[in-house]
Amino acid sequence: MQGLEVRGLSKRFGGLVVSENIDFDLKPGDRKALIGPNGAGKSTFANLVTGILAPSGGTIRFDGQDIGGMGEAHRVKLGIAKTFQITTLFPEMTVRENLRLPILEREGRGFRMFRRASGDAAVEDEIGTLMAQFDLGPLADRPVRDLAYGQQRLVEMALTLALKPRVLILDEPAAGVPSSETHLITDAIARLPEDLAVLVIEHDMDLVFKVARSIVVLVQGRILTEGTPSEIAGNAQVRELYLGGGHD
Amino acid sequence: MLRRYGSQYAPAVLMIAVAVAAFFAFPFNLAFLTRILIMIVLVLSLDLVLGYAGIATLGQAAMYGAGAYAAGLFAIHVWADPVAGLLIGALAGAALAALAGLALMRTHGLTLIMLTIAVAQICSEIANRARDITGGADGLRGIRMQPVLGIWEFDFIGRTGYWYAFAVAAVVMVLLAVLVRSPFGLSLRGIHQSPERMLAIGAPVYWRRHAAYTLGGGIAGIAGALTAQITQLVSLETFSFALSAEAMIMLILGGTGRLYGAVIGTVIFMWVHHTAAANDPFNWLFVIGAMVLAVVFFLPTGLISLPPALKRLAKGGRHAGS
Ligand SMILES: Nc1ncnc2c1ncn2[C@@H]1O[C@H](COP(=O)(O)OP(=O)(O)O)[C@@H](O)[C@H]1O
Ligand SMILES: [Mg+2]
Repeated sequence: MQGLEVRGLSKRFGGLVVSENIDFDLKPGDRKALIGPNGAGKSTFANLVTGILAPSGGTIRFDGQDIGGMGEAHRVKLGIAKTFQITTLFPEMTVRENLRLPILEREGRGFRMFRRASGDAAVEDEIGTLMAQFDLGPLADRPVRDLAYGQQRLVEMALTLALKPRVLILDEPAAGVPSSETHLITDAIARLPEDLAVLVIEHDMDLVFKVARSIVVLVQGRILTEGTPSEIAGNAQVRELYLGGGHD
Repeated sequence: MLRRYGSQYAPAVLMIAVAVAAFFAFPFNLAFLTRILIMIVLVLSLDLVLGYAGIATLGQAAMYGAGAYAAGLFAIHVWADPVAGLLIGALAGAALAALAGLALMRTHGLTLIMLTIAVAQICSEIANRARDITGGADGLRGIRMQPVLGIWEFDFIGRTGYWYAFAVAAVVMVLLAVLVRSPFGLSLRGIHQSPERMLAIGAPVYWRRHAAYTLGGGIAGIAGALTAQITQLVSLETFSFALSAEAMIMLILGGTGRLYGAVIGTVIFMWVHHTAAANDPFNWLFVIGAMVLAVVFFLPTGLISLPPALKRLAKGGRHAGS
């Protein structure tokens, strides 16, 4: 099968079961959302798929290949990338440098010692295109630590896309972004390459309903249900979970 | 255009000018000036490892000592050509770093620091025990070098030694300047600032750190070889904790992650050490200590940032409150 195929995945931290028997598929072109209350195990699931955490049980296949035992860097090379829930950038570097690094790594040039990192016109063009895509052009030469949080979230997405992934997992891309700026994130997701497999973990239901064609609900490490946005919106159990808190 | 090139090369030109001026201004202190140049090479190696790659180490002297003993033994038993000896020193330093690095680069923080200290201690102990080869506590003696490139004899006053050390320091500086601007150099800064993110973009963080540590070891080995060749003596002190620690203080004083910071820090530390110790052999450490504290609190990016900081201060004074 093309794409991700997760079967019976589980993860325990000591006695705490954080992922329990999860079955999950993500095919090229998919736009899925993973929702669920805080502490449901959403980030943990993303970390298991990307190899940051080792699973306690179950299998993860990508294009039919078992990747469950592979290291994180290896999975990135296969095309599985994710943004972090907590912005993880190179704070002292400029936006341009932040985007240059993933491109150089993707091209396998990280061990080159006798060329200028900024000396390749094709790489610099690609950085320019990425920055334009996220309206980051005017901030190109500012260190990212000086940017507003919303802008940092955009750099986080641009940086991950610079890897040209085939599977993209966005862990709460809009968390901490002022609501006046969430449209930047939504637009960016809408503009992602058509054949990319995308999984968005998100609390902001407006964003979820705008970008997802299918929604998976995770509660206490288990998948409660999966369905189209309208099915999920009409699901009594899900409404109960999100009741009162409205869209939170 | 001219301005751009002017500002780019100004520090290099200034350094050469200072080296020439110092040669003529202190003709009877060439041995001391040469020691500064050798220390600059060692501190530059530490800057690559600690300043750029963020590898916490208090054991850079291990590779310095390995380079010194290797170059000394090579000169005595094989070939007394200085440049060949430098290569041997570099290889010895790099080999030790590569070997120790296999284990060290799996650790971080305090564990890493303790292990780097331990490696240097072990090296010292081995050199101490292997008396027959290294001379033990008496040091390795009897190093007689051939002329540099077959032309310049090492002289009694230390003129050849000075220019030889200067040339080597300049070559190391240029090499590192190229290296830190390269994709490799950028990735080291990346690992320093966010190892999680480097892994998440598919970088082999462990091997990148290992490569940086090995290269740094090679450069420290060159510094050690220089000492062996110019002073014609290698002692157990080359492995000492004090040397590693002083190199780190020099780097912090000047500014980590900036090549010129390593140079400035070394010059200032050695000069203060030299003059303050001459005036008051017991209290010079207070002077250094006060300087380090002042830098850490008021100029955390090192003395290299003093000019821009003063500029900002002057500006801030004019736009008070902003
Ligand atoms: N490294 C860890 N060690 C122990 N417990 C963890 C670890 N990471 C997450 N957890 C726990 O696992 C549960 C799920 O966390 P997480 O996956 O971050 O949830 P979510 O992203 O859905 O909010 C939480 O109870 C959290 O405290
Ligand atoms: Mg989370």
